[in-house]
Amino acid sequence: MKINDIPVIDTDVLVIGGGTAGPMAAVTAKEQDPSLNVMLLEKANVKRSGAISMGMDGLNNAVVPGHATPEQYVKEITIANDGIVHQPALMAYATRSFPMIEKLDSWGVHFQKDETGDYDMKKVHHLGTYVLPMPEGHNVKKILYRRLRRNRVQIENRYTATRLLKDPDGKIAGMIGVNTRTAEPIIIRAKAVIMATGAAGRLGLPTSGYLFGTYENPANNGDGHAMAYHAGADLANLECFQVNPLLKDYNGPACAYVTGPLGGFTANAFGERFIECDYWSGQMMLEFFKELESGTGPVFLKLDHLAEETIQEIETVLHTNERPTRGRFHEGRDVNYRQRMVEMHISEVGFCSGHSASGVWTDETGATTVPGLYCAGDMASVAHNYMLGAFVYGQICGESAVEFVKSRSEPKLDEAFITNELERIQAPMKRADGIPPEQMEYKVRRLVNDYLQPPKVTKKMEIGLERILAVREDVPLLCARDPHELLRAMEVQSIIDCAEMAARASLYRTESRWGLYHYRVDYPDQDDSEWFYHSRLFKDENGRMASGKRPIADYLVSLGEEKDAYRKMRVQKAANA
Amino acid sequence: MPIANHHSSVPVIVDEDKCIADKGCTVCIDVCPLDVLWINEDTGKAHMKYDECWYCMPCEADCPTDAVTVNIPYLLR
Repeated sequence: MKINDIPVIDTDVLVIGGGTAGPMAAVTAKEQDPSLNVMLLEKANVKRSGAISMGMDGLNNAVVPGHATPEQYVKEITIANDGIVHQPALMAYATRSFPMIEKLDSWGVHFQKDETGDYDMKKVHHLGTYVLPMPEGHNVKKILYRRLRRNRVQIENRYTATRLLKDPDGKIAGMIGVNTRTAEPIIIRAKAVIMATGAAGRLGLPTSGYLFGTYENPANNGDGHAMAYHAGADLANLECFQVNPLLKDYNGPACAYVTGPLGGFTANAFGERFIECDYWSGQMMLEFFKELESGTGPVFLKLDHLAEETIQEIETVLHTNERPTRGRFHEGRDVNYRQRMVEMHISEVGFCSGHSASGVWTDETGATTVPGLYCAGDMASVAHNYMLGAFVYGQICGESAVEFVKSRSEPKLDEAFITNELERIQAPMKRADGIPPEQMEYKVRRLVNDYLQPPKVTKKMEIGLERILAVREDVPLLCARDPHELLRAMEVQSIIDCAEMAARASLYRTESRWGLYHYRVDYPDQDDSEWFYHSRLFKDENGRMASGKRPIADYLVSLGEEKDAYRKMRVQKAANA
Repeated sequence: MPIANHHSSVPVIVDEDKCIADKGCTVCIDVCPLDVLWINEDTGKAHMKYDECWYCMPCEADCPTDAVTVNIPYLLR
């Protein structure tokens, strides 16, 4: 079959995104049924793509028997997330967490063990113990790649998906995209699609002003959020922004999970501890933000009180894993952990369920509201999922997609839709002059910082939305000189979609919740009577961006007397180290 | 609307004496998540064509001849 002279590629299961969740989904689908065609599409190269391109220094949410139960974990994340979670999805993660660790261990991923051979668990969360260091975690991607080859997953590198396809009865039918080096379009017909496109990390602008100096891998720019929206899927709780504590001007985490168990902590300008717990929650970030803006700010990572061998251990982990240029950054400014505290700041805003709770709505089977479309990892709405959650939901989505494909006949393609999308893809390269994608991106992301970054103010957000919509009017002027600029031109359109979603979702929820993530100055209180709901964002029947409420599913685990634990983040009396 | 070119100092440096891209190596180009490294048509060596760097290091770590150095972008330094 050909559409506009472009051959249509057929597959059973299509996975979009080859970072963390995507490879696990693809491998799982092949493990379940080796006779299926499984294709993995990646914007970069699966060898080094996604949030863990240089590995990961630890598991932040490991539920290991003897240290924590799935019930304890579900309870802690529910409390940390101010009650707005889908507990069945958290429970599905929590019960599969340990089997996934064992699977990764058997594949050759090294986790830290103590002298008796048990996993060397560390306490970082407010209540329970869930952190498992991976000092040799730099080889995770290599191990995943080997599994993809061994299971004969078909890999297509350097293609970016631009729109999902649906058949006339509303089921998923595949995708359309474009090669990032040749600008050749690609049409894939698939019986089921799993999206794992990561966070929307190019939403806010880092304070350095460098467009690509984001916390998230900048390849994760919210394509998946935008594509899911245009395909009619529900998105959830997008106003629960990701804001992370980072080193000032450098996109590495400080990093509480590595330094905390070794005695490092977040301090104010006087070297005093001011938060009870360094685990990344909205409530912790609110205290961080207040200290940053106060007379005792800014905020620092304090390590200068630690022993030489401890600092060496910290340096070895922090300067070789996940963000290995960190040592060079410090060197350039003559910063040494032994001599002084390191200045910290907050990250730009983004959508990332790995650390917060926003994303494409997914249930405990990985299903979205579009039949046959599944989501995993940082783009899916399961709260505080981190890397291990991406692996677990990759696995769950792989299983669900294989099940869905069983009863699925060949999807019908909407040729008129495809023709329109091909025109949208080809437009920027047909224009000789106009607005380069870089300028449009800078402008929309600067608007996100000016108007949407918390503390959120209604009138400011309304102005921001108006200005973002004005940038959208300029999209027909986008021009690209080569296929690489075309990639950026397609990405900026997703960024504009995400910016509009961020504004509308934030305006919809007229309360404050999740600490700094949705701190609305003119609605300062949490209002459970009106807002104990997931917020929905979706495209309505008129093609407009609409909002609504989704009831919270009955809790599987009740919160008991610890329900307010994350509200008490501030140290009552400063205790010097 | 006319378009101007503006210069910027890029963070990734390739030592052309060590680089073997002209002999067919494309390791750094393959592993870059942002696809900013390309072959320089004049020299046949790898170079940073677009200033869109995450300073993440696979290009440097995976280079078989240690030809690549990742610096911190000037705006962050």
